[in-house]
Amino acid sequence: MTGGTAQPGGGAQPGGVAQPGGGWRRADGPSAHDRERRRRGRGGSERLGRRPGAADGAPVVADAEFGSYYGRPIIKEPVWKTPDVPLYLFLGGAAGTSAALGSLADATGRPALARSGRLTAGAASVLSVGWLIHDLGRPERFLHMLRVLKPTSPLSVGSYILAPFSAAAGATAAVELLGWFPRLKRFGSAVSALFGGPMATYTAVLFANTAVPSWKEPGRELPFVFAGSAMAAGGGLTMAFTPVAEAGPSRGTAVAGAALELAVMRRVENGHGVVSEPFHEGKAGRYLKAARACTAAGAGLTLLAGRRRAGAVAAGALLAAGSLLTRFGVYEAGMASARDPKYTVVPQRERIAAREDTGSLVR
Amino acid sequence: MTTVSSASPAFSGNDPANRLYGPLPDVAGDAGYDGDHPARVGFFTDTSVCIGCKACEVACKEWNMLPMDDADGVRDRMGLTGMSYDNTGMLGANSWRHVAFVEQSRPVDLPMPGVGLPGAGGTPGAHGLADGSQTRQDSVLNAEALAEFDPQTGRSADREIRWLMSSDVCKHCTHAGCLDVCPTGALFRTEFGTVVVQGDICNGCGYCVPACPYGVIDQRKDDGRVFKCTLCYDRTLDGLMPACATACPTESIQFGNLDELQARADARLATLKEQGVQTARLYGRDEGDGVGGAGAFFLLLDEPEVYGLPPDPVVPTRDLPALWKSAGAAAAVMLGVIASAVLGSRRPR
Repeated sequence: MTGGTAQPGGGAQPGGVAQPGGGWRRADGPSAHDRERRRRGRGGSERLGRRPGAADGAPVVADAEFGSYYGRPIIKEPVWKTPDVPLYLFLGGAAGTSAALGSLADATGRPALARSGRLTAGAASVLSVGWLIHDLGRPERFLHMLRVLKPTSPLSVGSYILAPFSAAAGATAAVELLGWFPRLKRFGSAVSALFGGPMATYTAVLFANTAVPSWKEPGRELPFVFAGSAMAAGGGLTMAFTPVAEAGPSRGTAVAGAALELAVMRRVENGHGVVSEPFHEGKAGRYLKAARACTAAGAGLTLLAGRRRAGAVAAGALLAAGSLLTRFGVYEAGMASARDPKYTVVPQRERIAAREDTGSLVR
Repeated sequence: MTTVSSASPAFSGNDPANRLYGPLPDVAGDAGYDGDHPARVGFFTDTSVCIGCKACEVACKEWNMLPMDDADGVRDRMGLTGMSYDNTGMLGANSWRHVAFVEQSRPVDLPMPGVGLPGAGGTPGAHGLADGSQTRQDSVLNAEALAEFDPQTGRSADREIRWLMSSDVCKHCTHAGCLDVCPTGALFRTEFGTVVVQGDICNGCGYCVPACPYGVIDQRKDDGRVFKCTLCYDRTLDGLMPACATACPTESIQFGNLDELQARADARLATLKEQGVQTARLYGRDEGDGVGGAGAFFLLLDEPEVYGLPPDPVVPTRDLPALWKSAGAAAAVMLGVIASAVLGSRRPR
């Protein structure tokens, strides 16, 4: 159906048809007004969690303001699996932070923090690789990721971040456990620390470099969300596993990370017009609400009781949970935005309208 | 042995100004083929003559041996969408051609008093639109204009009905999102300038699926790999037309060298405009659009989104440099925060 505010034909028909698209409306079903009222009453199609308009036989009709093909999605929903991908994001972030903490702690004479940082990084990175491979449609072909290096593909570049990072972090953790080769351990730890930052943030580019509206539009903010979330998770986990006397760096990292995550996520959730909607609705909305609560509580508890053993464990767990929930929330918001054609059409229409406005000014 | 891929023009250095988006006069050359590669081929799908017979869908399924699925891509299931004659629903791993059916109507209003005499100006069937203005022969469905040339329109009581039918297909973009993001090199640019998946390389990472701004490529769940239109690479190699274009009875689907198709489309658009079909427009023809122009482009009679096409598609990779800059800054912030947390907190005694 052809919408009202959209300007069909736009500049293409200066002669001007009195009504958009010559007044054509989709023929079947009740009038647009009734459909719109019913849709509002039902709370929208996006909560159904499946491709609308198909299985239930009742075409869900789009908002009056935009056109769509029977309310069906325009772009394809990512075929990534959950919990595989959100867990991968979380573990990669936690591992990146822990690796950096472990290496720096070693250099500044904090053996316990160095050990827990390295072990956390090793375990999380190996697990993250496991989840990533499990997500593949053909897991046995995971080495094809390293067939080529493709600068235009964040996943290819990411593979060349993940491979050395997880190899170094995993080997460092193994050597740490066995107590062999202290110099090799230090070297591996430093390598994993260097790759730790990119490991935590490249996944944001991976998400943003898609046609998924709620990942694409806030694309420049997502890396900071993921960096904050990674620091909260890595700081929290190492804080929980380290004697409080040595865990000062973990506490600082965790609190700063939580603050960054909360601040930037706020902009992602509110600064992008219609594309910010999915962050407040349905599954994503629930995840992100819980994430905010966990992260804020974890950061507060770190400041208040982080120097006591029980407080550190509770705060660390809360921060890790908050980070995990943020990843799930961002993931689900993107999925929801891919399912509803509104989030594809409306921003693109706005883009066209803005272009035509500037065009007419130039003329 | 790992090689730096030149599948995208980004690093071949041939077209430095348009590495990630924008027009590329020689898309195959930019992908690394030498000078004597064949001309770029494509589809021009003229939806104004589509009759919705779905011969293209059938021919495609048969030639490419695509499995049966329902409108949501569920394998071996027959289902009715209940929304129109379209039970294919969408392009996907098993449907490389998809005929969209849009049934539209508009009221034929009685002339408003004082606006003019019905049938004045020798146009029987002319009528006022809802706002009272008199229509001229400037939109596709004036009864008279239609009766002459438009088989897709009819009239019932006080309403005009028209069917829009359009056979959608992979656009084989100049800057293809799927090709840009494929980490394994399974997706590649052929010497014909088309984009094809190599089934023996694809590891099913699924990144191409959300990277396509048109929602074309999809994963076959039970197989794990992704599939999409190859523009019948096997047939074009042997000098044959793709199956869908061969089967199309109305020449709605035209196959050929892209520059010839573009000229033909421009002429067809001019003809339609002359006939009063002001809502006709070309989609994917503009090489300055967000994907650098499409290898498969369309003549539409309504807004793209009415057919389920994005109105202003942009290849996601266009913004990649800005995204990496941001990610680099975030990583630096992260390491900086961690370093200052380590250095700034009191040493244990």
